[in-house]
Amino acid sequence: MDVRVTNVRKEFDRFPALHDVSLDIHSGELIALLGPSGSGKTTLLRLIAGLEMPTTGRIFFGDTDASEWTVQQRNIGFVFQHYALFRHMTILENVSFGLKVRPRSTRPPAGEIRRRALELLDLVQLSGLEKRYPNQLSGGQRQRVALARALAIEPAVLLLDEPFGALDAQVRRELRKWLREIHDRTGHTTVFVTHDQEEALELSDRLCVMSQGHVEQVGTPDTIYDQPSSPFVFGFIGESSQLPVTLVDGEIRHGNTAIGQSSGPLTAGPARLFFRPHDVDIVEPGAGLTGTVHSSRRVGGTRRVELDLGAGQLAEIDLPFDQAFSQSAAISFRPRRWQLFSAG
Amino acid sequence: MGFTLAYFSLIIMLPLLALAIRSAGLGPMGFWAAATDPRVLGALRVSFVTALIAAAINVVFGTLIAWVLVRYRFPGRRIFDAIIDLPFALPTAVAGIALTAIYAPNGVVGSLFAPLGWRIAYTPAGIVIAMVFIGLPFVVRTIQPILEEVSHEVEEASATLGASRFQTITRVLLPSLTPAILTGFALAFARGVGEYGSIIFIAGNIPFVSEIAPLLIYIRLQEFNYVGATVIATVMLLISFALLFAINLIQAWSRRRYGYGH
Amino acid sequence: MATKLTARRRRKASPTSESPLVQGLLIALSLLFMGVILLLPLYAVFHEALSKGIGSYFAALLEPDAQSAIRLTLLVAAIAVPLNLIFGLAASWAIAKFEFKGKAFLITLIDLPFSVSPVISGLVYVLLFGAGSVLGPFLKSYGIEVLFALPGIVLATIFVTFPFVARELIPLMQDQGSGDEEAALSLGANGWQTFFRVTLPNIKWGLLYGVLLCNARAMGEFGAVAVVSGKIRGQTTTIPLQVEMLYNEYNATAAFALASLLALLALVTLVLKSALEWRFSAEIAAGNH
Repeated sequence: MDVRVTNVRKEFDRFPALHDVSLDIHSGELIALLGPSGSGKTTLLRLIAGLEMPTTGRIFFGDTDASEWTVQQRNIGFVFQHYALFRHMTILENVSFGLKVRPRSTRPPAGEIRRRALELLDLVQLSGLEKRYPNQLSGGQRQRVALARALAIEPAVLLLDEPFGALDAQVRRELRKWLREIHDRTGHTTVFVTHDQEEALELSDRLCVMSQGHVEQVGTPDTIYDQPSSPFVFGFIGESSQLPVTLVDGEIRHGNTAIGQSSGPLTAGPARLFFRPHDVDIVEPGAGLTGTVHSSRRVGGTRRVELDLGAGQLAEIDLPFDQAFSQSAAISFRPRRWQLFSAG
Repeated sequence: MGFTLAYFSLIIMLPLLALAIRSAGLGPMGFWAAATDPRVLGALRVSFVTALIAAAINVVFGTLIAWVLVRYRFPGRRIFDAIIDLPFALPTAVAGIALTAIYAPNGVVGSLFAPLGWRIAYTPAGIVIAMVFIGLPFVVRTIQPILEEVSHEVEEASATLGASRFQTITRVLLPSLTPAILTGFALAFARGVGEYGSIIFIAGNIPFVSEIAPLLIYIRLQEFNYVGATVIATVMLLISFALLFAINLIQAWSRRRYGYGH
Repeated sequence: MATKLTARRRRKASPTSESPLVQGLLIALSLLFMGVILLLPLYAVFHEALSKGIGSYFAALLEPDAQSAIRLTLLVAAIAVPLNLIFGLAASWAIAKFEFKGKAFLITLIDLPFSVSPVISGLVYVLLFGAGSVLGPFLKSYGIEVLFALPGIVLATIFVTFPFVARELIPLMQDQGSGDEEAALSLGANGWQTFFRVTLPNIKWGLLYGVLLCNARAMGEFGAVAVVSGKIRGQTTTIPLQVEMLYNEYNATAAFALASLLALLALVTLVLKSALEWRFSAEIAAGNH
């Protein structure tokens, strides 16, 4: 189901957590809300769920205004970071809970509830554990139970709040892949909150990057990574360096070094240049930006070198890990791809 | 270390040993005969039945009070929270005469019921009142810390799954409190069964009707019938031990299954 | 329109709380119950004590038997509380810092006086020191009276109050472990210095808390003391026993006057206890009661 958030503002005790946020969530997509803590991503998720009510603004489920619906009326599936399983119920009872509490008129017969719950446990690969208690499962297993429980009510939207945040790195990666598979199989519209950009980039169809209660950019992982629309997004997603530059007749200059032509709307005056460490070309000494090696470290298959460009400016570039250079050697490079943002 | 054990033996073990030896000296037949004396059975019945009723009342109101104190904010909450411990601090004899003054037919509350023909003081109802007074903090103080630990997320999870607030409370919250409630019940019950000071004033102490077992021990002692007193005490002790054991079982079971005990 | 919506939403209960109406009802019901069950008796004590005027209130307190009961109660507490304080320290020290066989059993037994009827607590001393016992006549031949005399009352009081300090300190000391002490010892402090400069400051508020509860119970104990005291007026009657005797003699005003002293003690205890809990909650382990 489509979910539309329009001009939503949320205050807690007069302190604004979200300012005028709008977001269209398409039916069947897997969208990530990504941002640092305090960016309002969890608040937005809880507003969609109906666990919080917006101060102003509206939320539509399909074409219907759901702003006034209670959490129970919204029929959403919610997965919490710390699982929030019912400790006194078995796994099967946990998964069946949402169906068992329905009013008699819409409640499936007991046999049907059991069948469906077992089916879901099978989907999350926990068959055979239905008689266990949550306390007897590992963290990863608990989160899978939580997902099965949320799916049991056939939710209009599936909402996950940092679902892998409490798990260790290995389990995290496994569950990430597995969540994607489940999503592809069931096709639920899914919104998940994360502060882990790797997770968001890998898992989602689209990302919504948030900062300080605003939506910074919404787009596919490729768009977000390759065409960040703001300095915040460029800095927050992936590795990057920024340099103060001056535009003269559309030419980008760093000091006396010309870097290239500005293709954007900025043509004159000071600006900020952003580029990624792997988007650089090494050039002849003096033919580009030149800096001395400040430090270097091994990152995966490359060597990341921090160059001191003088005047306290540092830039990071990637070199082949087998390229030899000495400490405080001078290296010249030129960014291959970049983005310009106005200074300030 | 040595001091600890010596003091401990002197104060606790020696007296208990005396009790055991005395009742063992009676022989099984003699013990049985003394334990099944009709007046003894009557007193035990009064003690256990009233304690059961009082503990049940305390479970209901104790849970409610713990809930209100943990979940709601209202003026005077901290004072009421402190007042819960009054029965721990107020000497039982004082509580006894005060409760009697209130619930006697001419007392503040008693006079409300007297015209209806209901007597509270000097009947088993009075015993229940006194036991409710002394047992209440056990239930509240057992449930309170567990309730404080219940995560908000569990309630939200229940709501997102479509459960009404009432369903969340009855199916999610209360069941997760069950071990604490059972423990509180057992503690209040054990305390009620053994209580003496606050009850003897309000009970009326009529054999077979409102005479409690601890009072009968006292009466036997006054008659220098040490054997009779010892037998009643032994029976009560055995039942208390069984209760303690049950409490431990509840907690072990709850820890094993849910990962938390009381 | 926005403001109208806001107002309507505010009134709606959040998904994890009850509507204000339900909350109000539950609060009212709880407070009513607590008022009737807990506060009314407290009020009744002072009301009855002062029912015949302030003059007869003080007359009742100054009466010689009352005076002697007050003195005896203070004396008993003055003996029993320090002894239990020392024992409590020693026991919790032993339990927290050492491993030994039967430790779990010892912890269980420390709670025993809480779950035993006070009358039974008294009874065991009657059996131990009474006419038919071995010890009683033996001590009597040396002129030592235990039963129906001060020693019996003190022993019974110690028995019923001895868990308070110990069980307050055990969780506290177990929590703190022995790291601090080991550090102090490694820095060259001797055992006593370590105890007074490291251990004691760490547990002082918990200790005070336990002593407070122990004292309240020691001064107010009724059932156990009633059994061993013999209730000799002016000699072996503590305040609670004197209250009972006056009450049974239909001298209710005097009984309530004396009782009001104990009720005051209870109130002071509660106030101090709450103050300690609010200020030092982190330093007082949750192991009370």
